[in-house]
Amino acid sequence: MFPEFEDVVSRLDKGQLATFPGGVHPQDHKALSNQTQIADLPLANEFVIPVRQHIGTDGALLVRVGDKVMKGQPLTQSNQPFSVPVHAPTSGVVTDITQHVTAHPSGLNELCVVLKADGQDIWAPLSPCDDYTALDKTALIEKLCDAGISGMGGAGFPTHIKASANNEVEFLIINGAECEPYITSDDRLMREHAESILTGIDILSYLLKPKCVVFAIEDNKPEALDAIRKQVVSRPHVRVVSIETKYPAGGEKQLIQVVTGREVPRKGLPLDIGVTMFNVGTCHAINDAISFGKPLIERIVTVTGKAVKRPGNYRTRLGTPVNHLLSQAGYLADKQKTPQVIMGGPMMGFTLNDAAVPVVKITNCLLVPETHELTQGEDERACIRCSACADACPATLLPQQLYWHSKAREYDKAQEYNLFDCIECGACAYVCPSEIPLVHYYRKAKADVRLELDEKAKSEKAKERFEARKARLEQEKAEREEKHRKAKEARLAAAEKPARKAADATADPAKDKVAAALARAKARKAAQAAQATGEKASAENAEATTADAPQATEKPAGNKKAAVAAAIARAKAKKAAQNAETAETPSDQVVTPADSPAPATAPANDRKAAVAAAVARAKAKKAAREAEQQSAPQSDSSAPATKPVEESEQAPAPESPDVSAEDSAAEAKKKRIAAAVAKAKAKKAQKENENKA
Amino acid sequence: MKLTLSSSPHLRTKRDTGQVMRLVLYAMLPGVACQLYFFGWGVMVQAIIALITAIATEAAILALRNKSVIRNLSDYSAVLTACLLAVSIPPTLPWWMTVIGTFFAIAIVKQLYGGLGYNLFNPAMIAYVVLLVSFPAAMTQWLPPVSLQATELNFADTLSLIFTGFSVDGMDITQVKTTIDGITSATPLDYVKTGLTQSQTYSELLNSGLFNSSVADSAAAGWSWVGLAYALGGLLLLRLKVISWHIPGSMVLSVIICALLMHLINPDIYASPLFHLLNGSVLFGAFFIATDPVSASTTQKGRLVFGAMIGFWIVIIRTFGGYPDAVAFAVIIMNMAVPLIDYYTRPRTYGYSRGKQ
Repeated sequence: MFPEFEDVVSRLDKGQLATFPGGVHPQDHKALSNQTQIADLPLANEFVIPVRQHIGTDGALLVRVGDKVMKGQPLTQSNQPFSVPVHAPTSGVVTDITQHVTAHPSGLNELCVVLKADGQDIWAPLSPCDDYTALDKTALIEKLCDAGISGMGGAGFPTHIKASANNEVEFLIINGAECEPYITSDDRLMREHAESILTGIDILSYLLKPKCVVFAIEDNKPEALDAIRKQVVSRPHVRVVSIETKYPAGGEKQLIQVVTGREVPRKGLPLDIGVTMFNVGTCHAINDAISFGKPLIERIVTVTGKAVKRPGNYRTRLGTPVNHLLSQAGYLADKQKTPQVIMGGPMMGFTLNDAAVPVVKITNCLLVPETHELTQGEDERACIRCSACADACPATLLPQQLYWHSKAREYDKAQEYNLFDCIECGACAYVCPSEIPLVHYYRKAKADVRLELDEKAKSEKAKERFEARKARLEQEKAEREEKHRKAKEARLAAAEKPARKAADATADPAKDKVAAALARAKARKAAQAAQATGEKASAENAEATTADAPQATEKPAGNKKAAVAAAIARAKAKKAAQNAETAETPSDQVVTPADSPAPATAPANDRKAAVAAAVARAKAKKAAREAEQQSAPQSDSSAPATKPVEESEQAPAPESPDVSAEDSAAEAKKKRIAAAVAKAKAKKAQKENENKA
Repeated sequence: MKLTLSSSPHLRTKRDTGQVMRLVLYAMLPGVACQLYFFGWGVMVQAIIALITAIATEAAILALRNKSVIRNLSDYSAVLTACLLAVSIPPTLPWWMTVIGTFFAIAIVKQLYGGLGYNLFNPAMIAYVVLLVSFPAAMTQWLPPVSLQATELNFADTLSLIFTGFSVDGMDITQVKTTIDGITSATPLDYVKTGLTQSQTYSELLNSGLFNSSVADSAAAGWSWVGLAYALGGLLLLRLKVISWHIPGSMVLSVIICALLMHLINPDIYASPLFHLLNGSVLFGAFFIATDPVSASTTQKGRLVFGAMIGFWIVIIRTFGGYPDAVAFAVIIMNMAVPLIDYYTRPRTYGYSRGKQ
């Protein structure tokens, strides 16, 4: 059910329009402000120009405090596709660049350039262009961008992006619907500047090459329709259509539906269905920018409501504070019980929290209602599920279900009912007999969901990081183990050689004793080494005695070093034991007996050996006790002390100076281990001696 | 200048919930007037009893729930429930039954479920069924139209009958019910149902007893006129856009189609669509009961299904069930199905592809 181009055109030619579901018919109150000509607003003394007035990114500031600027001089420049510059609305001096309250539903502060007008109002040099067809597309688009034009209908989408679309454009729709009650700025603009608007359309047509141009105006604006129709006589390719007055017919998606019968796909763009839409104000601004070289520094603002003396449309410089506009229109404070100013229309506009807010590119209306002119306050009652809201919804949502789930914070269910397809037009809340501020609930729900998604994304990222780290650690561990395994194999191989030699050598108990003593000495040395401060050096000495000591150099620093040292000691003890078992003294170990204590060098005497073993055992026991005492209170502290791998990778473990910072727990552990090893050795040696004896 | 903040939209229609309920009440007036005209003062007395009970119950429970009594009473939902129940029950029902029924509707069916907007079932219909199941005899004692009543009941008689069980002259309900020609009166639905179970044919029944003479015509006409008067009120609601056409339309159509199919199969034992439509509370139910927004389906397609299924159940229960009328049962059955219907009849949201494209 996708209407083809030819079908749409033939329907348009027959004057048959599609419609959109739902919609409401509020009283339009347009006569309040559309009876008088657009008036020039006197210059304010001070202008506040927000750096960002569109959807996208800020431009880069070009001015500094104290700079003198001319009217129309750019204050920022576009350095990214989605940034649009802003310009000085009049000549004057930049007095401040600061955070200032701006036109934002939440009353946020944004970066603004504050300009003190000098009253001269002198233009910067302009570069008008008589024949835009002489320029190529890129140049034109650059001009549009430099003129600071963004959509003036409400969303503020950068116009140069839309105008540089490469897709095939079937329909260029000009939005003159202005469906919101009270607002008449587009109405007056069409009546008074039809020629300019149509020239703007010509430029857009030149850029986009649409197959069909449709100018849509609601039928409650007959004068505007006439004015435009007069202008299109010379432009037969532009079809002017008068559409039924029904809110929100001016919504982009709804107007596309009315004109073409097509629907913008979910999460898609109008261009996906060959449609692009521009507001009449934007067309006017495009003409100003191209034909006259004037950047966007002013717009038409409707000031209306019964609490102003002179409601009407004002040609207002961007950056003009709202209170200046109000005072010029004759604000009647006594007509409002509680002061209230709405920026935009009564259906989608938002209340300002400060009248110092400046007029920006998307400000089409200031509504200043007298007491009781609009609905005051909330008198929310229970939803009776009458589904008047569903009948009014232009997006065919079920607002009652959305409300139900939003209120209960069941956001997953609200999304199941397509919460994010709500365009916040307010039709549902307008018809609700229980006066439920439905849109408010949806906004809250949407904000909460976005927040939730944000956090989810963040935690997802954190999880990813964690997993990557885990994988890396595991890989490193595996590599380390592989290395250890290889080292062990090498060690075993080395140990086997002497074992074979020993096979034919006659077993000598004396040699056993020597070996036992050696083992003891080594164990003690290891223990001592562990005890000493700054001991890695000595630990290395101990290590140096065994050529094939495990290469634990990659182990993390800190506590792990202690473990390394202990492991080395253990390994040595083991080796010594092996040697003892094979009754062999490898040459590299024989080197050490010289500095080993007396008992080790004792003659081959069984009894002496036994004594020595006993002594060693006692010593070992003592060391173990000491180690226990030391480690007991601190054993916990060793656990959390693991350092990130990155660090340990950089720090070559054995030589690293922070080895000296080993805590006592590690030391104690080392000692204990060494002692245990020594004890075991001694026991073994003794047993062997006994056996032999 | 300190400005007040509020959330858009800043404009609302004037119609509020209380007004919607009041419009429904006004739309009931033609039907109530017809009931008064054909069946005497009973309905008014019942309405007063029900109103007092409903408002007192609602106020008491609102107070218990710490809700603003005046504010919530001003939505007129309790008043409407009371009136819907009062016009559904026999006009001479003993007062305490009406009180029990109304109390049940407001306290149990509505407030215990969370108050207005949260009840799954139509309060008036549940109350009606509770009374019917609890007091089947009293709930089927319908007076004949005034024109057929052997003894004319004035206001005092009616009051006395409702509050003491006897008229001022000391007659009880069965005596009062006796028509001029000595037959104990029954509603046409009841009469036909009883006759069919006694293996009389439908056409025979239509030409006998109640329907035979001018008296009978008048009797049938009496009930039918009430139904038509409520339909008139219903059309007014449609015109004022208080209700949409979907439920009453599909319900009436469904009754006609179901009855017609069965009538075509065997006209001897299955009543004609017109008989179904103009007797009992089909028209009243279609415009005033099934359209209760709280307990009905909320999607347009869903409303069509909801109404059509109610119509189906009415014909089925009337024909095969034990009770002569079935609107209350049918509505309650479909109330239960509403969440399901709503879930599967969600409209296609703008921009979503149709079907499985």
